[in-house]
Amino acid sequence: MGGSALTPARFARILAVCGGACLMVLLVAPWIGPAHVDPRKVMAGIAPDTQIFFQARLTRVLLSVLAGGALATAGVIFQALLRDSLADPYTLGISSGASLGAVLAICFGWRDAGHLPAVWIAALMGASAALLMVIGLASHGRRVSSFSLLMSGVTVNTIAIAVILLLQSVASFGQSFAINRWLMGSIESVEYSTIAGLAVIVLPVLIYAWRGARSWNLMAAGEEWASTRGVAASRFMWSGFLAGSLITGTVTVITGPVGFLGLIVPHALRLWFGADHRILLPASFLLGGAFLACCDTVARTVMSPVDIPVGVITAMLGGPFFLWLLRIRQKRYWL
Amino acid sequence: MVTALLEFHETGFAYNGARVLEGATAALAPGELVAIVGPNGAGKSTLLSVCAGLRPSYEGACLYAGKEVRAWSRREFAREAAFVPQSLRMEFPFTCEQVVLMGRAPFGDGLFEREEDFREAERAMELTDCAAFRNRDFRALSGGERQRVVLASAIAQRPRVLLLDEPTTFLDLKHQLLIYGLLRDLRNQGVLVVTVTHDLNLAASFADRVLILHRGRQRACGAVDEVLTPAVIRDIFEVECTMIPQPGGGRWIAYGR
Repeated sequence: MGGSALTPARFARILAVCGGACLMVLLVAPWIGPAHVDPRKVMAGIAPDTQIFFQARLTRVLLSVLAGGALATAGVIFQALLRDSLADPYTLGISSGASLGAVLAICFGWRDAGHLPAVWIAALMGASAALLMVIGLASHGRRVSSFSLLMSGVTVNTIAIAVILLLQSVASFGQSFAINRWLMGSIESVEYSTIAGLAVIVLPVLIYAWRGARSWNLMAAGEEWASTRGVAASRFMWSGFLAGSLITGTVTVITGPVGFLGLIVPHALRLWFGADHRILLPASFLLGGAFLACCDTVARTVMSPVDIPVGVITAMLGGPFFLWLLRIRQKRYWL
Repeated sequence: MVTALLEFHETGFAYNGARVLEGATAALAPGELVAIVGPNGAGKSTLLSVCAGLRPSYEGACLYAGKEVRAWSRREFAREAAFVPQSLRMEFPFTCEQVVLMGRAPFGDGLFEREEDFREAERAMELTDCAAFRNRDFRALSGGERQRVVLASAIAQRPRVLLLDEPTTFLDLKHQLLIYGLLRDLRNQGVLVVTVTHDLNLAASFADRVLILHRGRQRACGAVDEVLTPAVIRDIFEVECTMIPQPGGGRWIAYGR
């Protein structure tokens, strides 16, 4: 019978399917877009097809796979940490901190530093500040509980949003537009060095989180449950919070807050594959990345030359799909 | 006299300054079944969670195998002692088998369970009569079924000490007796079983010793016949009762006049 226990064979099967789907999106999505790109010209290195393919499209697809994968994984981590399937990477205020930093940079017209946009640097500082505030508020000595984490995270989040609204209400028309654009979140073409930098931060954190997957299973059932089954709960919560915050913060700095993904992808995958984090973490990365890449392809294609903010597409495509998933009650897990 | 496995001495605990337990003192040996009884708010669960290592800021001493419980590494302690909480609220769709297999987490370092882990889980599910719903979502079970799955998870840990917080609250009669029979079997195999319960009759028929708590203080700890008397029950639980002799020895406690 299709047991629920995770055997190496079942793990390999699911990972192969998810990896295949992600790879296919990576291979196909760069060819789709408003301008036609001829594969032969790309291979031969003829302008402008080569530039469109490698500089404009492939970077965007790679960025969206990394960002989508990171956000979905962060969603899994925060949901397990707070034992709440409605938590997402933004619940604990890290991305609002990043947004506040970015909004400050926009309002005060800070200049770019070297080749890095000022908005990124300010967002990074904002995310770090929010992180430190949540840590300071949530810790009792060295101990922490999911409740104290939730309360302090939500509070920091609320304060950051309030300040953003205040700044927006006093900003000029042009600044206000730029702020809105940032807050909607978007995938744009970036340098390969940016993608490499993002990968260097995101991938090790993901591997770290995945190696603790059995402990995440215990943590998702409860702090005491985990503690009496061998997990040093407080320390584990801190490491999970830092891991989730690090990848969420880094992604948000580059793309702005892209909503919905971190909520819906883990939930959908739990319906398909069950709640085991050994599967949930890698599958969320692969399919979260594939999903965001698909959404971004739609975002830059359907109303071209207008680039729709990708967050709008994730919600408009993901929402109905998700509702459909909830409607079909399945008795058994897939694969 | 066998040497004590779990020993607490003048053990106390305070939540934010409110003292909920003080002066608990007892030495518990392997192969004993000990029931902790007392009215609501007597400190039963607190004492149990101190023993389980969940309240490291306890006062006094609480030694497991001669070493303070708070000094044990969580992982090593989890290979020795298993804890069955009053209830487990699950947010995510773990199946029962997955919940039982969680008991094997302190063993083995790999990402996957080993053959032995599946074997232990299987055995635990059979002992607690829950193999039939192994693939069902834990959240879809009734309270009593969940309790059996949680107990199975603890048994899969192969503990030397089994700590249970009201393990039979939601169980039907058949399964109450099944679980206490199982606890007695474990006791006979040399496991130290410590259970918090409100059912004095279950305590009287299965336990070797009864530890009575009242308003955070230990009132008695001793053999059932010596400790669970009508006078003590009137004094501590504020109910009248009569002892009815059982045909095969032992007594039933009948509440009310």
